[in-house]
Amino acid sequence: MQLTDYEKAMLDGVNGRAKAAAMDLLVRYGKAVGAERLVETNNVAGAFNASSPSVRHIVDKGFDAVYSELNLDSDEVVEIPHMAVNTWQLITGIDNDNWKLQGADESLVQSQRDSEAYLGDKGVNMCATCTPYQVGNVPIKGEHCAWMESSAVIYCNSVLGARTNVEGKESTGAAALTGRIPYWGYHLPENRFGTHLIEVDIAVDDMMDWGLLGYFVGEQVEENKPVLNNIMHHPNMVKLKHFGAAAASSGGVELYHIPGITAEANSLAEAFGHGKPVETLHYGRKEREQMYQKLQSATDRKVDFIMLGCPHNSIEQMALIAELLRGKRIHHDTELWVHTPRAIKQVAERNGYLRAIEAAGGVVMSDTCPAISRRMPKGVRVIATDSAKQAHYLPAIANVQGWFGSVSDCVNAAISGQWQGRV
Amino acid sequence: MRSQPVEAQAGQTIVIKGRAVVKGRAYGEALVTRETISGWGGINEREGTVIERRHELVGQSFAGKVLLFPGAKGSSGWSAFFHMTRLNGVSPAAMLFTRMTTKMALGAVVTRVPSMTDFEQDPFEHISTGDWVEVDADAGEVRITKSRQTD
Repeated sequence: MQLTDYEKAMLDGVNGRAKAAAMDLLVRYGKAVGAERLVETNNVAGAFNASSPSVRHIVDKGFDAVYSELNLDSDEVVEIPHMAVNTWQLITGIDNDNWKLQGADESLVQSQRDSEAYLGDKGVNMCATCTPYQVGNVPIKGEHCAWMESSAVIYCNSVLGARTNVEGKESTGAAALTGRIPYWGYHLPENRFGTHLIEVDIAVDDMMDWGLLGYFVGEQVEENKPVLNNIMHHPNMVKLKHFGAAAASSGGVELYHIPGITAEANSLAEAFGHGKPVETLHYGRKEREQMYQKLQSATDRKVDFIMLGCPHNSIEQMALIAELLRGKRIHHDTELWVHTPRAIKQVAERNGYLRAIEAAGGVVMSDTCPAISRRMPKGVRVIATDSAKQAHYLPAIANVQGWFGSVSDCVNAAISGQWQGRV
Repeated sequence: MRSQPVEAQAGQTIVIKGRAVVKGRAYGEALVTRETISGWGGINEREGTVIERRHELVGQSFAGKVLLFPGAKGSSGWSAFFHMTRLNGVSPAAMLFTRMTTKMALGAVVTRVPSMTDFEQDPFEHISTGDWVEVDADAGEVRITKSRQTD
């Protein structure tokens, strides 16, 4: 691999042992993918926080040891300097305020707080959400990023036209200290053209419909690059957030184009780089129904737990839930958790949305989600969610039955304790 | 990749060539799946087992095995989970895969076991679960000793 003089110096330890360890990992990783060089990045979003029980024995050795082992893959414990470039913490394991409701152990909460103090001091911005683009990290077109979190990566590449691969805990840790990431995959313009044409034959408008379309697209194209044609209703951030999260869950989609809507394609010809699609697929009434059925893993209509906000809710989603709950009370056997970034929670509080949700008996969670934390209220057997991603993962992870439906289906289930959405 | 009919006999040795992703040499019994594997949510990193409910290897251990699979799928936590299998002493002995992604490459690097891809012949045509496999990533070679006659 070709390294610049500055990169060679870092590798040789001229700028300290932490940067040398970071460069060592980037070179091993770059060679593994077959990259010819590294590229500069000033936008890293990773997972740095120590909040899971499985890393406790490393936390006992100090946070430099945690970063060295888990974020640099270094055998040697190196002293971690300030982050070299803009760096963000993604979603984490514990809600700093609602940890008791999550059933988290107090010592683990303390460990997360200590970890955040350590990381904050080194310049890791604690946005603590799977949607950094909702709370101030909005990369611009063409910007080279090093991001984890599949739903954030697909949004970053497709909607914004910035450039990132799906990075991991170790590569983002190394990128944050060096400002470098392998120049491979989606960093190269020639790898960003569409491969599969999706003819959308029915109107796709609300958030649930965008989730169903995303689930179909991911299942069909796996890791390929779909291009959507004939979109009749212009989507917004919330709808594309759900579409991308679903496509990245059922498949491994990291980039898509919607000509005239997403950043890099004004026309079908541009989306395919003036080449031809390898395959054309149709999405119609039948496919929509198949996806709807696939996302239902429940048979029992009595619902214990409603999960909203995956990916984390925007302020208008919080407003809608507050509106649906105003003057109502959720069923005494049912729990409702609504997830949103902490910065948006503050706005929701100012607007009175938080009060409306809490007055109805719901909880507004930040920093985490049940799939990441693996924490839900005790004794949950049947869940309902408005998220195709959560409906895909949570039943498998937590061994529960899952219903998938619209926001109002889910809020109605919270109020009545029964799934009354379509089966 | 070219595929060819296989009429291997028990005890017969086959050599296929490929590219080293992580160098080194290791050997063990093969564990083969044509389904991609999830890291986060797909494996138990303390036990070295596949836990995804709809996966054909669910409940099986890959610890100490030569794992042949298409590649990685799912969450960006893939590398972190395979990294933990190494720290917990339950990683595969070696990894052979056919679909390169950043998740797969980084995962192989931090698991630090000999890993190979870009094979000259389809490894799924030649390697079955239970075969004895020697992975020499330094030489870019996989040596397979068939455990029984394949159909």
